[in-house]
Amino acid sequence: MTDLSPSGATAKNMAYPLNAWYVAGWDYEVNRKKILSRKIADRPMALYRTEEGRPVALTDACWHRLAPLSMGSLVGPDGVQCPYHGLQYNSAGRCTFMPAQKTINPSAMVNSFPVVERHRFIWVWPGDPMLADAALIPDMHQMGSDEWAGDGKTIEVRANYQLVLDNLMDLTHEEFLHSSSIGQKELSESDIEVTHDDRTVTVSRFMENIDAPPFWLKNMRDKFPDFEGKVDRWQIIEFQMPSTICIDVGVAKAGTGGLTGDRSQGVNGYVMNTISPVDQANAMYYWAFMRNYRLESQRITTELRDGVHGVFAEDEEMLTAQQQAIVENPDHEFYNLNIDAGGMWVRRLIQRAVEAERSMMASDADLSDAKG
Amino acid sequence: MSQGTQLRWQRATVLSHRAAAEEIAEIVLAGEAPLFTEPGAHIDVRVLPGRTDSESVRSYSVVEGAADGSWVKVGVRRSPTSRGGSRFMHALKPGDALEVTAPLQNFPLRVGAPRYVLLAGGVGITAIHAMARVLKRLGTDYQLIFVGRSRPAMAFLEELREEHGPRLRLSVDDEGDVLDVHELLADVDASTEFYMCGPIRLMDAVRRAWIERGLPLPNLRYETFGNSGWFDPEEFELRIRGSERNTVVSSEESILEALERVGVEPMYDCRKGECGLCVVKAQQLNGVIDHRDVFFDEEEKSSDTKLCVCVSRVASRSGAGAEACGADSSAHARPSLTLDFP
Repeated sequence: MTDLSPSGATAKNMAYPLNAWYVAGWDYEVNRKKILSRKIADRPMALYRTEEGRPVALTDACWHRLAPLSMGSLVGPDGVQCPYHGLQYNSAGRCTFMPAQKTINPSAMVNSFPVVERHRFIWVWPGDPMLADAALIPDMHQMGSDEWAGDGKTIEVRANYQLVLDNLMDLTHEEFLHSSSIGQKELSESDIEVTHDDRTVTVSRFMENIDAPPFWLKNMRDKFPDFEGKVDRWQIIEFQMPSTICIDVGVAKAGTGGLTGDRSQGVNGYVMNTISPVDQANAMYYWAFMRNYRLESQRITTELRDGVHGVFAEDEEMLTAQQQAIVENPDHEFYNLNIDAGGMWVRRLIQRAVEAERSMMASDADLSDAKG
Repeated sequence: MSQGTQLRWQRATVLSHRAAAEEIAEIVLAGEAPLFTEPGAHIDVRVLPGRTDSESVRSYSVVEGAADGSWVKVGVRRSPTSRGGSRFMHALKPGDALEVTAPLQNFPLRVGAPRYVLLAGGVGITAIHAMARVLKRLGTDYQLIFVGRSRPAMAFLEELREEHGPRLRLSVDDEGDVLDVHELLADVDASTEFYMCGPIRLMDAVRRAWIERGLPLPNLRYETFGNSGWFDPEEFELRIRGSERNTVVSSEESILEALERVGVEPMYDCRKGECGLCVVKAQQLNGVIDHRDVFFDEEEKSSDTKLCVCVSRVASRSGAGAEACGADSSAHARPSLTLDFP
């Protein structure tokens, strides 16, 4: 891990807290058909379900010669078998079978990571299992609520996860990057308000009496087929540690109270984003668009998912190019603008979490420095 | 994990050294780099200063460590048959320097089981102590059993009693309170995880009873440093079939060390009777093989056709502990063994 201090808050590639919940996959991706291989925070994991349906995450490397368990097969009610020499492990990571001997080496085990299934995702805790508290899983309740409908996808981003968080915390970029869908000049013209506590950061922006951009005009007409005229538009971005950002977005007929609480004359969506660091240069970006109107319409669900997918493809292209430029310009630092206030608070919270962990744990750097 | 290949050594200083019990020293060490530990971890120590081979290395369980890594505490029992390890450790004084590794983990405590039983025999409490503390902190259902010869020989007794109250159960030999392993396992179910560290006889008895009850073997976790057997170590003759390199294995060395001494090159790795790499065929046995490994199962051990030369020995049938094995005590003469290398 690099670039943490003293200027960690402006680092181009931030480190990640390990004592945190990260999404390892969608609920349907973890099953008994195929063992899923995912790397989270530099830890390769093999994910599957027990016969009872409980999700399991084991280190994706056999204790013996590190062959990936995800290439192996499911055995027994809750175990896996290594594809290479047939060692078997149960869901706790304990070796239950060794070839060519009648006993089992008492040291033989692989790490079993704490796992929780919630909000249509499988969450894993890559750090100290004794600290894994399910109450710390970010609130994404819209994903499973009867009052919301929607769907999403996954983007494998070839960029540090922090760049994705930066991107979502500052939506000024919509004016320039997404000019054909959700961008408009009022985004840059309106003020933002930033608040935070120990685990969350909120950035709010309100735009009054503006033309609806193409994406929102279409959504308004899904709910109000004859809609014409101006709208009030809101974006309330909430970050939750370590890397989830849920964005309350929408527009309402201008002057009907959309910005002060009465959203009945508007359309409201939630852009759900949760980003898992793979390693310093890659991230898995899970997102969904949820809405609270026309819940019955699968057509709207599909159109919104595909529409947002198109918008996010523009972000992905930029994030990849940005990471590439970071690699190619190692001597250039990041500079910050006032529009970065939300993203900078996110960086500060993450930096504090990483530093707190470092003061509790030995790092490779500490040891090799001391080796002398 | 194999010793000696990937370990990073650092200098450490003795902060304090005191008796924790009869023959058990409590030694607090500060490393050059932070020594972060977790329950079940051990540190390796070079106990023959100046030597850097694996022979010079001993492992000691970490009893407790500072949250900031500034110190670790180990407990070391003085072995009557010390090959230099416990003698070195017992002779340390505050301020002395020595070479250690950062804490290494071969005996991890898994959290999340519905119930735990921890069993420590003698100095085995050093490996179990930190596990009990974590289980208490997590509010889990656990029981801690501490078996010892006599109270003065049992380390950390007072603090254990204070910390664990009724969850601690003592079993003290010289008070006539001998642990009944079957009774202990009577209310253990398939979801209970059992962690133990202690003399091989105690662990073997638990292992047999565990298998008898049909409990899942992966839930029985134990650590052995391969240093205790059924019989007291004694001298025996070692012959190598088709070779002139016969020798006498002293009570202070292992067969593996004797083989290396006479220039035979056996394969080995763990040096604690776990991996099975050092297995050699046995022939012309005069005496009994004191199988101190956990690699063979009971049937393989009783057939006496193979042994792990890193930890196993040969004992005369009159050796201490023979009764426990049902061996007769009339035999005599120096025990001997012929090894058949392929």
